[in-house]
Amino acid sequence: MTNATDFLLSVEGLTVSFDGFKAVDDLSFYVDENEIRVIIGPNGAGKTTVLDLICGRTKASGGSVKFRGKELTAMREHQIVHAGVGRKFQNPSIYDDLTVFENLEISYPRGRSVWGALAFKRDAAVRERIHEIAEMIFLADHLEQRAEYLSHGQKQWLEIGMLLIQDPQLLMLDEPVAGMSVNERVKTAELLNRIIADRSVIVIEHDMKFVEDIAHKVTVLHQGKILSEGSMERVKNDPKVVEVYLGH
Amino acid sequence: MFDGYSLSELGSIFAMQGFAGLILFSVFVLMALGLAIIFGQMGVINMAHGEFMILGAYVTFVCSHLVGEHAPWLFPGYFFIAMALAFVASGSLGMLVEWSLIRFLYRRPLDTLLATWGLSLIMQQIFRSTFGAREVGVTLPDWLMGSLSLTDTIEVPINGLFVMALTMTISAVVYAVLFRARWGRGVRAVMQNRVMAGAVGINTEKVDRYTFGLGCGIAGVAGSAFTMVGSTGPTSGQLYIVDTFLVVVFGGAQSLIGTIASAFTISQAQSTMEFFLSGSMAKVLTLLTVVGILMLRPQGLFVLKVRR
Amino acid sequence: MTRSFLTGTRGELLGVGVLALLVLLVLPLSLDVFRLNLVGKYLTYAFVAVGLVLCWGSAGILSLGQGIFFGLGGYCMAMFLKLEASNPEATKIQSTPGIPDFMDWNQLTSLPWFWEPFHSLTFSLAAVVLVPSALAFVIGVAMFKRRVGGVYFAIITQAIAAILTILIVGQQGYTGGINGITDLRTLKGWDIRTDEAKLVLYFVNAALLLGCILLCLAVRRSKLGRILVALRDKEDRVRFSGYDVANFKTFVFCLAAALAGVGGAMFTLQVGFMSPSFVGIVPSIELVIYCAVGGRLSLLGAVYGTLLVNWAKTSFSESFPELWLFAMGALFIGVVMAFPNGLAGLFQTHVVPRLDRLRGRGLPPVPGPTRMAAE
Repeated sequence: MTNATDFLLSVEGLTVSFDGFKAVDDLSFYVDENEIRVIIGPNGAGKTTVLDLICGRTKASGGSVKFRGKELTAMREHQIVHAGVGRKFQNPSIYDDLTVFENLEISYPRGRSVWGALAFKRDAAVRERIHEIAEMIFLADHLEQRAEYLSHGQKQWLEIGMLLIQDPQLLMLDEPVAGMSVNERVKTAELLNRIIADRSVIVIEHDMKFVEDIAHKVTVLHQGKILSEGSMERVKNDPKVVEVYLGH
Repeated sequence: MFDGYSLSELGSIFAMQGFAGLILFSVFVLMALGLAIIFGQMGVINMAHGEFMILGAYVTFVCSHLVGEHAPWLFPGYFFIAMALAFVASGSLGMLVEWSLIRFLYRRPLDTLLATWGLSLIMQQIFRSTFGAREVGVTLPDWLMGSLSLTDTIEVPINGLFVMALTMTISAVVYAVLFRARWGRGVRAVMQNRVMAGAVGINTEKVDRYTFGLGCGIAGVAGSAFTMVGSTGPTSGQLYIVDTFLVVVFGGAQSLIGTIASAFTISQAQSTMEFFLSGSMAKVLTLLTVVGILMLRPQGLFVLKVRR
Repeated sequence: MTRSFLTGTRGELLGVGVLALLVLLVLPLSLDVFRLNLVGKYLTYAFVAVGLVLCWGSAGILSLGQGIFFGLGGYCMAMFLKLEASNPEATKIQSTPGIPDFMDWNQLTSLPWFWEPFHSLTFSLAAVVLVPSALAFVIGVAMFKRRVGGVYFAIITQAIAAILTILIVGQQGYTGGINGITDLRTLKGWDIRTDEAKLVLYFVNAALLLGCILLCLAVRRSKLGRILVALRDKEDRVRFSGYDVANFKTFVFCLAAALAGVGGAMFTLQVGFMSPSFVGIVPSIELVIYCAVGGRLSLLGAVYGTLLVNWAKTSFSESFPELWLFAMGALFIGVVMAFPNGLAGLFQTHVVPRLDRLRGRGLPPVPGPTRMAAE
């Protein structure tokens, strides 16, 4: 892996410290096109911080994040989104006061400037795309409902839908099945496998069953560093991993 | 602006203005300490903080009259009694306000701001109805009058020295209570993680009430000290509230040392400039600089980098 | 979910119609010129309250410095009128004829450079809108780009209001000081002090206000309006949906400032002077309470709130001046604790269901979402 530009995302030497504490320490990893990468690790391992660093929510102290050859660490959050990186938060982050339709409409990638938003028209193309996404995230019958009244699982799907409508090349999901019923988990795994067709996904997850269902490759983080990386099978049998994480 | 002053004159001017600045500094610190506890530790904006201070000032005023009339032998020391009473009066009113108003608004900081503004209007009117609209002053005991001459041109008033000594003592006590005592650990635990603190057996409601009370009590003591250097009117508190908020924010809301350092900077800048410019322009320039710096560095001067 | 006939575009336009009927017909027919002029003065505050509904209610940005923009707008208008009133003929007894009287009293011998352009009415009218929004733009960009919001923003705007007041009061020779700019007489030769002029200005003011409300309704119905609501709720989600959040906040802050500026200019025209007592901390926070009483989410509610509070203030001050501060204090506390949606919220929960029933629909009230309870 010498030529970093072959990868969709290459993270090299990424470091961030909070008041002396290195939450992420000289981290390097690479994500291929159309790959589902799962990041696991015990609490406080720095998983969410890695996503924060990639999407620009936290500024790195050192290192680089290259996405299709573009350096993300120098860009502002909305520019990173425009470049094609979507991020779902740990707790479902949707707009409670708006309807499902309006939630998706705000995420529709047109009219993102102030004047663009003032002039934005809800035309046929917009409606069509919103219905298409709603179908995909199992919310076609809830478009006029206020998002506040959705179930927890439906909120998670809605947020995934809000990212999908922007058609990002890299989708980052922070614990997408947390708080979901078994039935909902199965549907979510299906959804992820369907949307992988033309994009890469980074998932943080604790649910091992779910990880096994979806992961191509697993990265195990521990104290801000990579402990192990590879297929689920390999990671599972790595004695270091067993010791700090799976063994508990 | 330095034209026409000799070097030694300039030295004296800076020294005297510097001292005047130190008194302003003391008032800022005393007011800001209480505010920093309430805002920095609890995240509550108390717009009535100035009125809690003025309550302390009026308590001192009443006390000086009562002692002067009924127990003149106590007069040299009345000030210490007044200070204790001011602390109790403002502190218990603060706890009452926390119980009846603030505790319903912890998650709505902007609404707290408006509600406490309403409270400040009511308190102002109560002061006005009780003590009249005119400003009142207290009689200082003899030992606080006069001034010390350091050199031929530099004189420092004794009451100013006293207020400064008081400020340092109170700051030290507050620091000890918040950062050295068990109770302070409880306060900081609640502020950092309310649910967890509750789970390990800290009575979070009680901590909130006492913290708010402490902040208001210190404001009362500040008011008591304030009577030594200025006169008190119903709206005197409002005059200082914005300056004090700037002091707290400028210092970085979580840091007591920052609060003191920023009070020092702002008061010194203002009083030094006051000599050369008109009072209003000195204030405009000082505030403008502070606001300008806050726009560039909104987190204040002293703050730790933490994960959001 | 059921909807009342009073929600949606139709309901909003109906509401504007009712307000138009009130201010353009009912009030002028039932009040004498003196009282009507008073209402006109209140309505100039309503411009600010309407701006605050967008800024604070929709987007969650509480500015405690709207008096700054009201004052700037008012001063821009007052400077033009003052220059017209200070023609060399009228000021020939001064040691320097042709400059405003307060400048002469403060030993100024020529007009300061920044007064010069205010000889032009076109420039002055443009300045009424542009000066406040330019200042709001600077403040907005500086603060919002650095993610300053909430109480910090409120305190900084309050500090700026304090600074501007001290500056105006301190620079008497340039600003008229604590008395402000007074003794304004004519607008392009038309005497603004006559009853007839006051009547005309009242209608101009009312029509402008209705226009501004329609403008704000349009903004709120656009995608930008929904983005503002989204921002108030989950700012990070909006940012990570590809929006430069600071630009949107700056826009709405500038819009509110421009509205306040128009209000200030209309105030100057109707009342005949402008002074620092409309700029500082106290008037600025009072403007917020007008909006809160009316309902921070309701553009129309803000107008009624402004009228009601000011009417109460005037009647209280006439009969029990000492009680007014108590009433005002109680209003702040009450509106925050008990009626966070103000008059509009009460209207929504108590009046609207009855009106629906009267129309024979028999719909149950809209459940729960009082936060959206708007027009």
